[in-house]
Amino acid sequence: MRLPCPICGERDRREFYYKGAAEAADRPAPEADEAVWDEFLHLRDNPAGVTRDLWYHEAGCCSWIVVTRNTITHEVLDAALVEDQP
Amino acid sequence: MADLIAKTPLTGLLPFATSDLTCSELEFASITSVAPFRGQEEVVSEALKAQIGANFPKPGRTTGRAHARVVWSGRGQALVLGAAVEPIKGAAITDQTDAWACVALDGPGARDVLARLVPLDLRDGVFARGHAARTLIGHMHAVLMRTGPDRYGIMVFRSMARTLAHELKSAMEAVAARG
Repeated sequence: MRLPCPICGERDRREFYYKGAAEAADRPAPEADEAVWDEFLHLRDNPAGVTRDLWYHEAGCCSWIVVTRNTITHEVLDAALVEDQP
Repeated sequence: MADLIAKTPLTGLLPFATSDLTCSELEFASITSVAPFRGQEEVVSEALKAQIGANFPKPGRTTGRAHARVVWSGRGQALVLGAAVEPIKGAAITDQTDAWACVALDGPGARDVLARLVPLDLRDGVFARGHAARTLIGHMHAVLMRTGPDRYGIMVFRSMARTLAHELKSAMEAVAARG
C-alpha cells in the first residue's frame, strides 16, 4: 500500500503510523455537552466503503494527514494535511 | 586537561568496497539545522544564500554543492552540511555536527544496493540528482540525497552508525554476489 503524502509524494505504508478515524482531529469545545464528548471519545463508525483516517508520516516529513480510502476496493482516494482541514 | 582524541561516528567501520562500489564516511566540518519561523522562509533563504551561497531548499531537494550543501530534512527544517552558519534572524539555528553519521555510497549499482534497504522509488525520473528524502534505511530513520548519477549521501542518527554500516555492507555484498 502506498499513500500520497501532500509534502513528500507517494510513499510506502511502512513510513506511516496509523492513528484511526479522522474524527479524532475534530475536538469538541471544552464546554460541549457530555454526549458530544462521549461520542468523540468512544463512538466510531465502521463503514464498509469510503473512510477518512488519520495517518502520521513518521519516517518522512512528520505531517499528520487525513487519508480518504475505500475499505472495499483498497483504493486510496485522497490525502490532505490535517492543518488544511476546515 | 587530558588531550582527547575525537572519533568520527564510523571510525573503524568504513570504508568498505566491493568491485564496483565504495561506501565511505563523509566528514563535515559542521552540520547545522536551520528552521525558519513562520512567515520568515524567504528572508531566511536570502540570508542563507548570502552566507553560504545556497538557498533554503524546497521539500525533497538539496541546494548548493559539496562542502556547502543544504538538504531538506523535514517540514520547515534543513541541514547545512560543511559550511559554518552564523545566527540568522528569523530562524532557529542548532549545531548538530556530532549528531549524525554520514555516508557516501558511490559507484555503478549504488541504486541496486539502496533498493534493498529503502522503500522509495529511486528511478532517475523520480529521484534525480539534487533530490533528497526523509525515509527509512532498513528500520532506521534517515536523510537520503542523490548527489550524482551513481552517488548518494545517507545520514542517520549517530547512535545508529554501526547498524548503518552493517546494513550497507550486507546489501553491497549481496548485490556484488549477483555479478
